[in-house]
Amino acid sequence: MVTLTIDGREVQAEEGAMVLDAARDNNIYIPALCSNEAIKPYGACRLCLVEIVTNGKERLVASCLYPVEEGLIVKTNSERVMNNRRTIMELLLARCPSLEVIQDLAKRLAVDKTPFKLEDKRCILCGLCVRACEEVVGVSAISLVNRGIDREMASPFYEFPDACIGCGSCAYVCPVETITLEDVGDTRTITMPNPKMQKTEFKLKKCKICGNYWAPEKQLDYITKTLSLAPEIFDVCPDCRE
Amino acid sequence: MGAKQLAEKVESILDNYQRDQGMLVSILQDIQAEYNYLPKEALVEVSQTLGAPLSRVYSVATFFKAFSLEPRGRYLINVCLGTACHVRGAVRILETIERELDIRPGKTTQDLKFTLETVNCVGCCALGPVVIIDGEYHGQMKTDKVKVLLENYT
Ligand code: SF4
Ligand code: FES
Repeated sequence: MVTLTIDGREVQAEEGAMVLDAARDNNIYIPALCSNEAIKPYGACRLCLVEIVTNGKERLVASCLYPVEEGLIVKTNSERVMNNRRTIMELLLARCPSLEVIQDLAKRLAVDKTPFKLEDKRCILCGLCVRACEEVVGVSAISLVNRGIDREMASPFYEFPDACIGCGSCAYVCPVETITLEDVGDTRTITMPNPKMQKTEFKLKKCKICGNYWAPEKQLDYITKTLSLAPEIFDVCPDCRE
Repeated sequence: MGAKQLAEKVESILDNYQRDQGMLVSILQDIQAEYNYLPKEALVEVSQTLGAPLSRVYSVATFFKAFSLEPRGRYLINVCLGTACHVRGAVRILETIERELDIRPGKTTQDLKFTLETVNCVGCCALGPVVIIDGEYHGQMKTDKVKVLLENYT
C-alpha cells in the first residue's frame, strides 16, 4: 500500500493504482469522461487534471494516467486546477453544445457559457468506443481516423464494418451517450455519431423456448467461434437455460 | 489495373517487410510510391495478410498527409505560401494555377496529370515565389509564366 495526500487528506491506495482511482475510492470527486475501469487509461479528455507536488515543484497531470506514489501531494481543486478545468469544459461545451451529458457536466462545474466558437459535434473523441472494441471485444471494427480538426470516429471507408459483431459495447461505454442501440423485433440498429456513416443493422437470434429475440446472430457466431463452443449452445437464451 | 496484379504487387511489398505489422507505415509508403495513392483493395489486402484490423490500417492511412486515398496526378505541384513567397505574390500564382487547371489545392485534375498542393516554406526564400513541380524548383515565378511552365509537363 502507498500513502498519499489528496486535498489535505491522507489516503491509502494500492501500488500501481492511478490517482483518479484513489480519489474515487475515497469519495473525492474529480470530473472525468474518458476513463472506464474495464479499459486501459488513455488521457484523452483532460478533464481529470489535478495538481501534484513532487520534489517541491507543482505541476498539472491527468489523474487517470498518473500512478500513486508514496508521499505524493495531490490537489484536486486548487485555483490552477479550477481555471484549467473550466477552460477544458468550455472547449467541450463549444464542441458539443447539444449533448446532454456535456450540458449537465458543465452545469455541475459551474460553466454556463463558453467563449469559444460553437460547433455541433456529437463526439468528444475520447476513443472509449474504439478502445472497448479493440481491448475488450477484440474485433477492432472502428477507429479514430484522419488528423487534427478532421479527426473523427469512423469505420474503415465509412462503410458498414465487416468486423463489427453488433455487440453494442461501444454504445455502452460512450460517456456522452452518443452511440445509440435499438432492438426492435428481430433487428438491432446501431447508430454512430458520424454523419458519414450509415446505421448498421444486425439480425437478432430467436430463443427456441421463449421466442424472444435476445442477441445478434453475428455476435453469437463470434463467441462460438472464438471459444470453440458447440453452435447449438445459443439456441436458447440465458433466461431459458437451466 | 487488375485485381490479381494488385494483390501480387502488394504481397511482394509485404514480403519485403517480412509481413511485419510493425512496418505498416513503410509498407503503405511503398504502396503509395507504386500507385501514387493507396487503393482501397490494397488496404484490404494489407489488413488481411498482416492480420491487422482494417480499422487500424485505415486509421494510419488517413493520419499521414503523405498518403492519399484518392488517385494522385502524375505530377505533383507544390506552391510555396511561406512568408517570403507570400509577400512576393504567391497567392496570385496559386490562383493562376487553380484557374489554369480548374482544381483547388489538395485536388487532382480529371486526366490524373496534376495534383495541386501548397506548402508553408520550402527553405529557398531568396528564389520566391517558388513553385515545385515533381521535385523541380521554379523560382521567381510570375503569373504570366504559369501557362508555359505547365505546358512543359506532358
Ligand atoms: S463516440 Fe462516444 S465513446 Fe466514441 S469517441 Fe466519441 S464520445 Fe468517445
Ligand atoms: S479521464 Fe483522464 S483524461 Fe479523461
